[in-house]
Amino acid sequence: MTEGPTFRDELVAAGILVPTASDGIYGRSSVYEDVVAGIERLVNATAASDGTASYRFPPVMPRSVLEESGYLSSFPDMIGSVSTFSGDNAEHKRLMEAAQSGGEWTSFLQAADVSLCPAVCHPLYPTLGGTMPEGGRRYDVSGWCFRHEPSLDPARMQSFRQHDLVYVGEAERARDNRDRWLQLGAEILDSLGLAVEIVVANDPFFGRVGRILAESQRSETLKYEIVTPIHSAEHPTAIASANCHLDHFGEPFGIVTAEGEVAHSCCFGFGLDRITLALLRTHGLHPGDWPSAPRDRLWS
Amino acid sequence: MDERIRTILSEYGNLPVEVDKIRDDDDLYQAGMTSHASVNVMLALEDEFGIEFPEAMLAKGTFQSVAAIGNALGELIGA
Repeated sequence: MTEGPTFRDELVAAGILVPTASDGIYGRSSVYEDVVAGIERLVNATAASDGTASYRFPPVMPRSVLEESGYLSSFPDMIGSVSTFSGDNAEHKRLMEAAQSGGEWTSFLQAADVSLCPAVCHPLYPTLGGTMPEGGRRYDVSGWCFRHEPSLDPARMQSFRQHDLVYVGEAERARDNRDRWLQLGAEILDSLGLAVEIVVANDPFFGRVGRILAESQRSETLKYEIVTPIHSAEHPTAIASANCHLDHFGEPFGIVTAEGEVAHSCCFGFGLDRITLALLRTHGLHPGDWPSAPRDRLWS
Repeated sequence: MDERIRTILSEYGNLPVEVDKIRDDDDLYQAGMTSHASVNVMLALEDEFGIEFPEAMLAKGTFQSVAAIGNALGELIGA
């Protein structure tokens, strides 16, 4: 028996997570949201002192971003597409007949021009088209993401939040920023009393070709994760990640450096929900009883 | 076979240099082939030669050089 459901049961029994009919979709209590708010304040302060331009995008984005960013190609099993109804009365009658008889009413819908956002920095890149100044630019974005991974593991939610620090500009500076934020992020999480470790990681690229892409990503150390035990020390959970994108976003979205080269980018993502769960797991389900160190960091 | 491999590399390898100038043992990744391009090369090789690379061969090393690709194809075709 794994520990996942047990922690979930505790969270649900304490009213901190409210389960719904869909796995991985939860309501959150004010106890939980106060922790998220504390983490956000901490990350916002870090971003501000790092001179980032701060933007907030909604949880849906133009569907074209899924295509242009390559997400559809690499992670087709994760995407969340949006469908809408624009039929007439006759179509609506057929839709309702299907719905009322337990049939597949979604067959009367068509794909919309928006989709759910799988990673919080994605909607930013298409808005940056053009030339970066010398030295590049730093941004921070925060918001809701969707990944189609229904699970009873509370650390694998379908709808969850990320706060990303993003750099766009020259290739070397991209890697330097990524490495700097990795250390900074680890220090922040450590200061909250979490036992963290930095590990080389890879994204879950889909299919046969995914193996080659994953191996490449690891061998070039394009991705690190900061992991901490939530379910077990043997299998710690990634609560933040630091990613080198090379020109993966610069190229399709037409972003160039001051020198006219295709811009490189990197991002450091705080997994707000996973960090919250890690804190609840580590310090207990009553934040009022937590040690003063994390409480001071989050709420003073 | 060498010609067909090089044709595929020039079309799908996205290399910044002329494929003719690449020697059989030159490292294609160092020459500028990205992992995404190597995936396209892999798929084109499968189409061209009517083979499917098994799981064990789905690794960077298989496509590291013209010679490496030739060896992998040789194993699969028995040529």
